[in-house]
Amino acid sequence: MQSAPLVALRGVGKEFPSGTRALAGLDLEVRPGEFVALLGPSGCGKSTALRIIAGLSEPTEGAVQWSSATAPRQSASRIGFVFQEPTLMPWASVFNNVSLPIELKGAPEINAAERVRAVLDRVGLSVFRDAYPRELSGGMRMRVSIARALVTEPQLLLMDEPFAALDEITRFKLNDDLLRMWQALRTTVIFVTHSVFESVYLSSRVVVMAARPGRVFTELAVNAPYPRDRNFRTSPEYAAFCRRASEVLAQAMAAGGEP
Amino acid sequence: MTARPSTHERRDRTLRIALPIVVLALGLAIWELVVRIEDIPPYVLPAPGVILRTLVDDWVLLSQSLLVTLMTTFEGFLLAAAGGVGLAVLFNQWRILEYSLYPYAVILQVTPIVAIAPLLLIYLPQHAAVLACAWIVAFFPVLANSTLGLHSVDRNLADLFSLYGASRGQVLWRLKLPSALPYILGGLRIAGGLSLIGAVVAEIAAGSAGAGSGLAYRIAESGYRLNIPRMFAALLLLSLAGIVIFYLLSLINYLALRRWHESALGAER
Repeated sequence: MQSAPLVALRGVGKEFPSGTRALAGLDLEVRPGEFVALLGPSGCGKSTALRIIAGLSEPTEGAVQWSSATAPRQSASRIGFVFQEPTLMPWASVFNNVSLPIELKGAPEINAAERVRAVLDRVGLSVFRDAYPRELSGGMRMRVSIARALVTEPQLLLMDEPFAALDEITRFKLNDDLLRMWQALRTTVIFVTHSVFESVYLSSRVVVMAARPGRVFTELAVNAPYPRDRNFRTSPEYAAFCRRASEVLAQAMAAGGEP
Repeated sequence: MTARPSTHERRDRTLRIALPIVVLALGLAIWELVVRIEDIPPYVLPAPGVILRTLVDDWVLLSQSLLVTLMTTFEGFLLAAAGGVGLAVLFNQWRILEYSLYPYAVILQVTPIVAIAPLLLIYLPQHAAVLACAWIVAFFPVLANSTLGLHSVDRNLADLFSLYGASRGQVLWRLKLPSALPYILGGLRIAGGLSLIGAVVAEIAAGSAGAGSGLAYRIAESGYRLNIPRMFAALLLLSLAGIVIFYLLSLINYLALRRWHESALGAER
């Protein structure tokens, strides 16, 4: 039996004022606890879809439906968002960057300092709480960004190609850490990427999107058990999933028409 | 991370300090020599030595004038800083205000202050007129830079703030103003020098109207009396004041930004 979706996109379309159709008839259901990857070529609207789920952008057609436990507007603190860049405030220390969401909420019942300490611990940056973003490496900045997204203990974590700018070694490490946190926190993740390998490694379901206009092309279940680690990365099973995903992606790109 | 500069860097830094000093010494020496050899009278061109002696002899008078001018400059600067940043914030919060008023700020800026000063002196009491001049000259760069800074917020950070339901006040205090700080400080650095210019212009205009005791007034007055060495001495003090103001503001800029902004970082990474 499948549980009710945490969030569902129903026939979502988005047309920008410039006339560009970013999305058309997008249907997507995400169930609690899932790790869903949105995979697609650039320009397929996967980031736009993520922004619509976050409420940062309004769909021009269709609707975003939340499970009754989470109404979208007051759910702001139930969503964590990790951008492509770390997007930290350069003038604030790591601690202050991470505590920002709590302070903006002004929720006095939350012990902010305690929360921040715990989440920094989780991403392995406790020592750097007083450092400034510029003093950190790219990977560490991304960890701060993830910590900030997690500090409100969100039900849904939205990640927009967070590791695209990192080197492969750092990226693998963060992939592993992310999986560990996801399992420990039992949160739901929607992860946008253009990397076949990353999408398969991380997610339980890969949603392949096609461009012009952006829509769901097909879905691919990655029913390999968690926890996944280095052994999974080198397994024939993983290779097979990747091959399958690559083929589907190629079809999706053909369907979207090369620009 | 090694903090020790290489020998090359060190030599570079020494040269950057030493060379201007050598040029200054050479220039002063040639000046002094020419005046002595040609036997030029001090009311045509005073030698550096004479100027220095005048500075010492007239110190009581000149230092009082310096103080007057510095006070005007400082008050003008503070008003310009408050007015420039304040207006920029208002413009940023209410577009209608920006559309309505910005053109007039530009007009105020492009009209030469020398031409406005006499008019101000007619309508305002003298001190207020001098202040108004310093303010008019200095406030525009603060306004322009602050406006630019408040508009150049990282868009993802702005998204993040709206995601967490930040209020307008929170966005202003926690996002826009810190983002704009480097721009604001840049504007203030320009404003410091300009408020001195504004004060000087107003003093000269006021001086010809028959009052005033600032340094610029001393220059005008010494000019009428053909006391050329004192003109030079007062001019020297004005330049020094300008330099001190510039470096003070640069220091504030550095102290405020050193931990996070690219402009204040050293070459080492």
